[in-house]
Formats: sequence, C-alpha cells, structure tokens
Amino acid sequence: MDIIEVRDVTFGYPAMDGAMPCAPVLRGVSVKIAKGEFVAVLGHNGSGKSTLAKHLNAILTPTRGTVLIEGIDTADESRLLDIRRRVGMVFQNPDNQIVATVVEEDVAFALENLGVPAAEIRRRVDEALNDVGMSKYARHAPHHLSGGQKQRVAIAGIIAMRPDCIVLDEPTAMLDPRGRAEVMRTLKALNKDHGITVVLITHFMDEATQAGRVVVMDDGKILYDAPPSQVFSHVEELTAAGLDVPQTTRLCYELRKAGFDLREDIISQEDCARAVARLLG
Amino acid sequence: MAIIRTENLTHIYSKGTVFAETAVENVSIEIEKGEFVGVIGHTGSGKSTLIQHLNGLLAPTSGRVLIDGEDIWANKKDIRRFRFKVGLVFQYPEYQLFEETVYRDISFGPKNMNLSPAEIDSRVLEAAALVGLGGDILEKSPFELSGGQKRRAAIAGVVAMRPEVLILDEPTAGLDPRGRELILGEIRRIHEKTGTTILLVSHSMEDIARYAGRVLVMNKARVFCYDTVDAVFSRAEELEGMGLSVPQITRVCRELAGMGYDLDPNTYTVEAAKARLLTLLGKGEG
Ligand SMILES: Nc1ncnc2c1ncn2[C@@H]1O[C@H](COP(=O)(O)OP(=O)(O)OP(=O)(O)O)[C@@H](O)[C@H]1O
Ligand SMILES: Nc1ncnc2c1ncn2[C@@H]1O[C@H](COP(=O)(O)OP(=O)(O)O)[C@@H](O)[C@H]1O
Ligand SMILES: [Mg+2]
Ligand SMILES: [Mg+2]
Repeated sequence: MDIIEVRDVTFGYPAMDGAMPCAPVLRGVSVKIAKGEFVAVLGHNGSGKSTLAKHLNAILTPTRGTVLIEGIDTADESRLLDIRRRVGMVFQNPDNQIVATVVEEDVAFALENLGVPAAEIRRRVDEALNDVGMSKYARHAPHHLSGGQKQRVAIAGIIAMRPDCIVLDEPTAMLDPRGRAEVMRTLKALNKDHGITVVLITHFMDEATQAGRVVVMDDGKILYDAPPSQVFSHVEELTAAGLDVPQTTRLCYELRKAGFDLREDIISQEDCARAVARLLG
Repeated sequence: MAIIRTENLTHIYSKGTVFAETAVENVSIEIEKGEFVGVIGHTGSGKSTLIQHLNGLLAPTSGRVLIDGEDIWANKKDIRRFRFKVGLVFQYPEYQLFEETVYRDISFGPKNMNLSPAEIDSRVLEAAALVGLGGDILEKSPFELSGGQKRRAAIAGVVAMRPEVLILDEPTAGLDPRGRELILGEIRRIHEKTGTTILLVSHSMEDIARYAGRVLVMNKARVFCYDTVDAVFSRAEELEGMGLSVPQITRVCRELAGMGYDLDPNTYTVEAAKARLLTLLGKGEG
C-alpha cells in the first residue's frame, strides 16, 4: 500500500490581516509514495517543498484535495496523533531541534511526553542511537557535537517514535561535507535495513542522485517525478527551473553538445571518468 | 597595509567555568584591501567565532583585531564605527529579520546610517534586485517567506549598507542552485566594481574554488593554512581528513590523470575541465 498519497492538492496560506487570500503555493499536486521508498524532493526557493512537507504530517491541511497517510485523511483532526506517529519530521537547523542537555535525554524527550514506560523508553533510545551510529555519545552534551552529529541525534529522536516514514526538510543545509555524508549514510541505512520510508528535501544534487526517485517542484507544481538518472538527463529544463545537475552530468552534457557521443544518464564519478576515458581512447 | 589584521587572537567561551571552550586559538592573519578570501573548515572549527571578531561583535579573550591599523577595542565607544565599515551576514540570518515588511527589514541598516530617504530607497531596491527579490515580496512580512527567500532578504540588508568589508557566513546554505549562482555572481561583481573586500565562509568547495583568491582553512580553532586556491586544494587528502572535500569535477579529473591522461589535477570547474578535454579531443579553441 502507498504510505503517502497526495491527491490533487491545492493550498494557499491564509492571508495576514484578513486581506485577499494569498495565491495558492501548491497548485494541483499529486504524488504517491510506497512503503520503503527513498524519495528526494528538489525545487527552487519558494517552489512549495516545505509547504508540501508540512502536509505530510498534518501541520498544514489542503485547501482543496486530499492527503492520505496509510489511508488516514490528514483533514481528520481526531486522527492527528495517528498521523504524527507514522510520519516524523526533521528540520534544517540542528541547533533548534535539540532540547535536552544530554544526548540520550534528548532522544527520549518525545517518548516521555507520550507517557511511554521507562523500560520501553530505555530500549528504544538505545536502539535509535545505535541505528544512527551515535551510541558512543549517549551521555554527551549535544552542544559539543558537530553539526552532522546533532542532526543524527535529531533523527534518532524521530526514529525512537518508530515512524514508518521520515520527512527531512534540508537536513544537511548547514553541515560540512563530512556531516552531510554522515546524514546521508544514516538515512540510506535506515531505509535499507529498517524499511523506513524517506522523503528528503534538498538543494544538493549529489544527494538527490542517491535517492530511488526524484520529485522536482516548480512554482507549486510537480515538474518531474522519476528515477535520478532520468530526471537529471533534462539538463536544460532543470536549469530553467532554477536547479542544476551534478557536475559529472553537466560535463557529459557539454561534451555531447560539442558533438561527442556520451550517454545522457551518467551521474556517478566513476561512470563519468570511464565514459570520458573511452572518448579519449 | 592590511585592511584587517588579527594578532594572536584567542576566544574562549565561558572562560573560567567547566564549560570553557577555546573556539579560536592564537590566530594571526592579514587580509589585504580588495581581497576575496574564502574561509573553510569543519563545523565547530571556529569560523563563525573568528569572523564575529572582525566587526567587534565578539571581543577577544586575548590578542587584538586591527582594522586599517587601528585596534578596534582601543576605545570601546568607537566600536559602532567599525560595524558600518565591516558588514556581517550571519550564519543564521533569518533570525535577524524582525520588521513588518521585507522592504523595511532591508532598509533597517541604511536607516541607521543617517542617509536621505531617497538614498535609502534606491539602496534597498538595488540590494533586493541583486539577491533576486522583487515586486510583491518586498511588501510581505518576513515570516511569510520560504527559507531561501528569508536568507536572500538578510543578505540584501547588509549589502544595502555598502560596507568596505563584506563578510558572509555560509550565505548560500538553503539557496537553490540559481540563487547561489546569482548571489555569488553579484558579490563578485561588487568586489570587482567597488573593490570591496570580501570574506566568504562556505562548505561548498566548488564555490570557494570559483570565487576566492585566497583560502583560509580553519581546523580545531587554529589556522591550518592560508594560501592560494591551488595550494590549498592540492592538499585534498588532508582536507578530507578534516571533514572537508574537493569538488566532484576535481575528483573526476584526478581519476583521469591517474589513468595517464594529461589533465590538470587542479581543475575545479566544469568549464575548465571541458576546455581541457576539448583540446585533448582535438576540438579546442586555440
Ligand atoms: N507562513 C507563510 N505564510 C504565507 N506565505 C508563506 C508562508 N510560508 C511560505 N509561504 C510562501 O509559500 C511559497 C512556498 O514556500 P515554501 O516554504 O513551501 O517553499 P520551499 O520550496 O520550501 O522554498 P525554500 O527552498 O526556500 O525552502 C513561497 O512563495 C512563500 O513565500
Ligand atoms: N555562543 C557559544 N557559546 C559557547 N560555545 C560556543 C558558542 N558558539 C560556538 N561555540 C563553540 O565554539 C566552537 C567553534 O564554533 P563556531 O565558531 O560556531 O565554528 P564554525 O563556525 O566553524 O562551525 C565550537 O566548539 C562551538 O561549540
Ligand atoms: Mg523550504
Ligand atoms: Mg559557523
């Protein structure tokens, strides 16, 4: 079954001070995500990515259309907790998401609020920290961790709630290259080993290439929804939408334009080097 | 004479408590007038702490900061003067937005400089256009903006003050690729046209290689090296050991060079790689 089904959703933010309602920022968005998928969402600033993300755990509800999470309508307020239990969110700034002064307490925070028994909390916190590779830091102070480590703690806090799906809104925007790699490795492992569905919003094309599927938003609509190699073959259209392609794809595209025979779906460093080497003979 | 100089600058947060944290240790650097300096380093290496000293937002625990040869802390009352001279776009600039409209937010800095209303207006519109914000967005509340739009507004607010030194702390985090190109391109234009000294903190090695003249590498509160782009990126393995990286295209060129092809391992941009490959393939222009 689809874990997420967004059906023809239109959404406009309510106007401040009761003026004319704002123009819709989602305009007829439809997307289905099956359990176990790893989906990246790209799009220019203001294209509606965060607005869409907030529809996936009922922070926002559609003006028109329907969002179903495992069949539960997000407009049904009585099911709010059921929805939030299934879909967890992680945000951009690692410093804003950490509330406690000890890592394991931070991971336990939401569980304690839900009144989960202490022994169960202990078990889940240990597991979650292990899953994100942070067990060693359980008793450390979060503010002494690197950005990537803080984001892994934030992810552990979500994992401990045992969601079926995590939605991450630019979790790596503030991180250094190692931190970004740590977060990507963690997400891929959670997806592969635990079957957690991942929806990753990002401006980094190299992260999108690691997803199974890439959804491209453009002015409140979905422009593409396909595997990365297919999406990134649309070099000109993506550039026109304010986006980019990986440097390797760009190089192959430029060489193709100069008349050389190269495939359109090259994205990895190895494939690029091999293809260019073949041209050079 | 250097426009900015630090002498044995050290900053310890919460000094004298159990939480004491040496964020910057013994940093002595010089930045020449008109330079474009890139600053890189792992998270927590001290970049933000260091640059907040350069316009007097933080005071050194020990050591000195000199601007145009003057110790900025010689007379505490004088510190405001340096804040106008050295403009700083914070790492999390979205929290600096607090006015009712984006327009008023961008005009906040210039207003404090006692400029005429007409001058303020033209600077605001120019700075907004420069970061790609226009039309109705200027009349919106900053709270109604997307993440990337907020960041653009914050950058415009500092640019509108036309400081002699412009310091940007990871300004492109959260910007889409076009926004990144646009803003860095405009910063380069300001740099070339007005001779403004630029310090750009970034985790994007692509951007640093493309825009900076010299690169300051921070590692664990100290200066690891401060040198030309080529000299810095030729130490790829050490950089990777510190949690940094080199551009993807550089890795492709190094892989090809390793296979025996005649490519420069110090290639950082797609354009440079393409030009070299076209020459090798007999299609070069010249
Ligand atoms: N709280 C709000 N009130 C009114 N308008 C809003 C609000 N939040 C966002 N918007 C508007 O909705 C549109 C989509 O914003 P959204 O935050 O979803 O974009 P995004 O794709 O996440 O962009 P970014 O890449 O910059 O994070 C933008 O035009 C923005 O100005
Ligand atoms: N306001 C603060 N109080 C205490 N420690 C801080 C503060 N800001 C930064 N630090 C610490 O100082 C060190 C350097 O941080 P920072 O200058 O932010 O590095 P960077 O910008 O390179 O990521 C880190 O160990 C960080 O935890
Ligand atoms: Mg967003
Ligand atoms: Mg910083």
